[in-house]
This record gives sequence, structure tokens and C-alpha cells, in this order.
Amino acid sequence: MSFSAQFSEEAVHARLTALAQVTDRDVLDALSRPEPKIGDFEILLSPTAARHIEAMAQKAHHLTVQRFGRTMQMFIPLYISNVCYNRCTYCGFSMDNKIDRVTLTLDKVRSEAALLHAKGFRHILILTGEAPDHVGAIYIRDAIREMRPYFDSISIEVQPLSEAEYRMLIVEGVDGLTLYQETYHHETYLAHHLSGKKRLYAKRLDALEGGARAGFHRINVGALMGLYDWRFEAIALADHLRYLMRAYWQTQYAVSFPRIQGAEGGYTAQNPVHDRDLVQLITAFRIAFPDLGITLSTREAAALRDHLVPLGITQMSAESNTAPGGYSGSDSLEQFEISDERPLVEVQKMLLAKGYEPVMKNWDASLVATVTL
Amino acid sequence: MNEPLIIAGHTFSSRLLVGTGKFASPTVMHDVIMATGSQIVTVAIRRVDLTQPQDPVLEAIPQGTLIVPNTSGARNAEEAIRIGKIAKASGLSDWIKLEITPDPNHLLPDATETLIAAKLLVAMGFKVLPYIAQDPILAKRLEELGTAAVMPLAAPIGSNAGITDDTFLRLIIANANIPVIIDAGLGAPSHVARAMELGADAVLINTSLASARHPIPFATAMRKAVEAGRMAYESGLPSRSATASASSPLTGFLQGA
Repeated sequence: MSFSAQFSEEAVHARLTALAQVTDRDVLDALSRPEPKIGDFEILLSPTAARHIEAMAQKAHHLTVQRFGRTMQMFIPLYISNVCYNRCTYCGFSMDNKIDRVTLTLDKVRSEAALLHAKGFRHILILTGEAPDHVGAIYIRDAIREMRPYFDSISIEVQPLSEAEYRMLIVEGVDGLTLYQETYHHETYLAHHLSGKKRLYAKRLDALEGGARAGFHRINVGALMGLYDWRFEAIALADHLRYLMRAYWQTQYAVSFPRIQGAEGGYTAQNPVHDRDLVQLITAFRIAFPDLGITLSTREAAALRDHLVPLGITQMSAESNTAPGGYSGSDSLEQFEISDERPLVEVQKMLLAKGYEPVMKNWDASLVATVTL
Repeated sequence: MNEPLIIAGHTFSSRLLVGTGKFASPTVMHDVIMATGSQIVTVAIRRVDLTQPQDPVLEAIPQGTLIVPNTSGARNAEEAIRIGKIAKASGLSDWIKLEITPDPNHLLPDATETLIAAKLLVAMGFKVLPYIAQDPILAKRLEELGTAAVMPLAAPIGSNAGITDDTFLRLIIANANIPVIIDAGLGAPSHVARAMELGADAVLINTSLASARHPIPFATAMRKAVEAGRMAYESGLPSRSATASASSPLTGFLQGA
């Protein structure tokens, strides 16, 4: 049974309501257990647990160092197209926005890849809008072929593809799949995804399963924080993760909590997630899922990113540009505004000063690609 | 006393192997390796850039240390063999620490795939060090295939839990004609000393070294624990008697009967 068939908003709401009953004792008990117990995650998400944020941070830090060491995986996003047939309220690429639409030529893909390689990046995340007949699996495959020589790890964040299309990309050397549900709250989902294929809530919800079956080594899930109650999203996200971890146990999972930033179209978050909430989210997920990767993007401001490093983050981007062709100079419009604009070297220095090694390469294409030796 | 460790005909005076992941910097890693006195380190091929003449991880490994590439990240035999071939083709090493861990959370070894990969890698001329669960039969099967050692885990990687039950480790050690290197989950000097007292030929540690607050003195403590445990084992550890030795025998009357 797919996740969409068993996911119940009512059940999430019931657990959300129960958070009001959580006591300080419950929180302290949850924090003192060596292994997380059923229900601990919700306890740690509760408003009561927010009063114990320092203890949560200490525990999250300890668990992260034990499981992941004093390292931080670095990656860079590369937007290869902003053509999109979806209308989404919060996104700069939304079809209604009168912006220049750019899909990089393969030559341009190669030159951007070479430029990012020269900066030192070895893990890349490729992003597109959703325009299947314009930017379909074949174009994405061709773009990957251009990038392959420059990167050790390639992940994609594109429209949901079929299992067969995912397989085709894995053979080309793609090891990671990122796909955010944006919001798990169906009504809110429909209110923000006005038209286009993305409006199909259940299709998106189940797309990761095709990716897991196809054999991605890594899958990154997430919700766009700010569309609906962040605690609802967190509980739903945790359910989704648990489902995936049981059904597709050979995949390594990571989670992201992107907060809505300013973008063309002028959307502002209706359910703002404050810094304190973000810290609670990160630490609650770390404590409940000690082996989970947690991804942090440059959407967040430099000072906050620096503080979040020891709290459970395992991978972060740097020097990102969300406009296609933006690295080698382009005036096309961004998907959203970047807050941390520091160059990679500055972020590396910050990490080293905090006692973390910035890891540029922690994957080898030969693990997935059919290479000739 | 001070018997050397011999693996695949190579002799080592240190019985402590070090993994190179999770360190705060290549410098810390270097200093930790020095403090452990280790002569064998494992390196994940996924972490190093073999196309680069001066990879920062490889550069930080002290001169004269044997580098054993590992197949970290491999979920099946095919992936592990590809990694092994790349390591060998690059000229890095013909040793391979075979880790096939289809479950990315607990990184537990897959017995079936490990056996398949070990057979092929041995046939290709690799010196194979397979990471396995505490399975005495699998250990013998691997030995028969020609692996250079077996590396049973003490506890899940990164757990720092130590040996919680030594029943199957004892059987593996008792039956082995190749070195038994206890790998994973050893988080304290007492854990490694225990492993050595049991008669393990060596131990491999990584997480505890990388996550200790002061990794270098901790590395020294681990080195001393390995040496102490080994010395105790070689000197004939007095066994804890399982039966009482009564001062007045109950069956003395049988003598001369």
C-alpha cells in the first residue's frame, strides 16, 4: 500500500491536539532515553518541549557527532531550467510570473559544471521547474551526461518522474533524489498549487516510492515551512519517513525544512516558522531519527546557519544561485532569495573554526554508474 | 611475548587498525593515527579523489602506513567489486576492506553479498578483509575462500557499545586460522582490552577516536588498552573458574578404590 493510501490527516491532527497535554516530565523522560521510543518525537515537538530547547540541542549535537562525526557534507545546487507549467503561489518560477524563461543548452550546462568543479564542489543537486515536454527525463539525462565528469555525486530535484525514468537516470550516475511535498495538508496544498501537474497531491506524495524502487541511494524529503502549521508538517513528514524507511530500507534518507523566502510573485508565509521553531524541528528530528541526514540550504541567513551547524545538520550548500546559468552570469530571475551569500571558502573557514571538516567528496560515481574499467 | 600480527604474509607490530572517517580535519586524523601507533588504516574510496595527485585525506596519512581501501557505500557485491577495481586500478592498493551494508542506518553487513564479493575479489588477487556479523560459519566460509582475515563486529558501527555478548566472537576466534580483527562498536579502552583478552588478533576503531572530546590523548589510551589486552592474552590470562574447588574433596574416597 502506497503512503498516500494510508496517510491520515485526521490522525495527524489528533496527535497535534494531544501535544497540549505534554508535561515537562514527559520531555525530560524522552530526553533521558538512550533509544527513542514511539511517541517521543511528538513529545519533543510540543510547545512544552520548546522550554527545554537547550537540552534538546545538547542531545541532538551529541547524537550527530556520534553518528556522523565532526564532518559536514558540502553540495551546490545547479538550476538548469526555470520553465514551469505549474502555478504555485510561493514560487518565483510560477507560470504566471513574467520572467525570462531559460533552459540551459548542454554547452552551458557543461560550462556551469566546470565552473562549480573549479570552485571545489564535487556533490551537485540539479534542479528544474516542471515542464515535462520541454524539460523531460531525456533532457535531464543529457544534462547529467555533461556533468558526470565534473562531479562524484549527482542528485536531482525535478518533477516527479516514472520509476523507469528514475532507473534511466540512476544508470547515468545519479545517486540522490530530492522531492518535497511542500505541504502534507491537502486543502492547503490545493490552495497553493493552483494549476499544473503539481496540483496532483497524491501523485507527488507517492513519487518517492518509485524513486526508492528504482534504486536511488539517497532520498531527501521535506516540506516547505510556512504554508501550514509547522508541527502538523513535522508529524506528517515523520510518518512519511517511517513509512519509507520500513518499505525501502536500503535507501539513506535526509530531510530538509526549507522556510519560505521572498520570491517573484510577492508571497509571504501565512504560518511563519521562527528560528526557535526551526531549532526545535531540527533537534526533534535528530533525536527521533539518529541516522537521518539533515540538509540546510542558503535560504537561511549566514549567522543562523553557523549556529545550526552543531545541532544536527549533516549537509549544507554554499554559494548557491537559484537562477539558471547564474553561476557564470545571467540576469534570469531567481526561484527564491538566497540569504547566505558567502563564498564556499568562507563557509569552509567557518566550519573548520567550529571543529568540523567540510567534506567535498563522500561518494563515488562507480557505486551507481556502470563504468568501464 | 609481543607476537607480531601477520596478515597475508605482512608483519605488523601494532594490533590497532584505524578508520579515517568522521574526523574534524585531516590534521586531527593524522595526529590520531600517530598517537595510536597504527600501521594499517582504512580509507573509504568514496571519500578520496583518486584523480587528484594530492588528495587531502590520503596526504594526511603518515608515511609507511598500509592503506586499505574500503567499499563503504556499497549495497551489494557488484558495487563493492567496482570500488575494489577502481582502488586497484589507481595503484592505491590491492588490499580491500569489504563492507557491504545495504541498510544505511545501522550499516550491518550483508552475509550473502559479502560471500559473493569475497570469492570474486580473492580470485582477482585482492587481499580481502571482510566486515561481517558475529557468524562463526560465515567466518569459516570466508577463510576457505581465501580472505586474508575476518572482521566481525563488536556492535553496530558508531554505537560505542562494546562487546555485549562474546559467545560468537569466542567461537570465531577459536576456529579461525586467519587473523580475527574485531571491528565496529568499540568505544572505550575497556572495550578494546576485552576484545584483545578474548584473543582477537587486532581491533579496528574509528568513531570513538573521531568523536572523543580530546581525540589525541584518547587515541593514546586506546593504544595502551590494545597493548594491555594483548599482553594479558599472551601471558595466559588466568581464567575465571566456573566451578568451585573445594578444600575437602567430595570424591577423595574413590582414590585407591
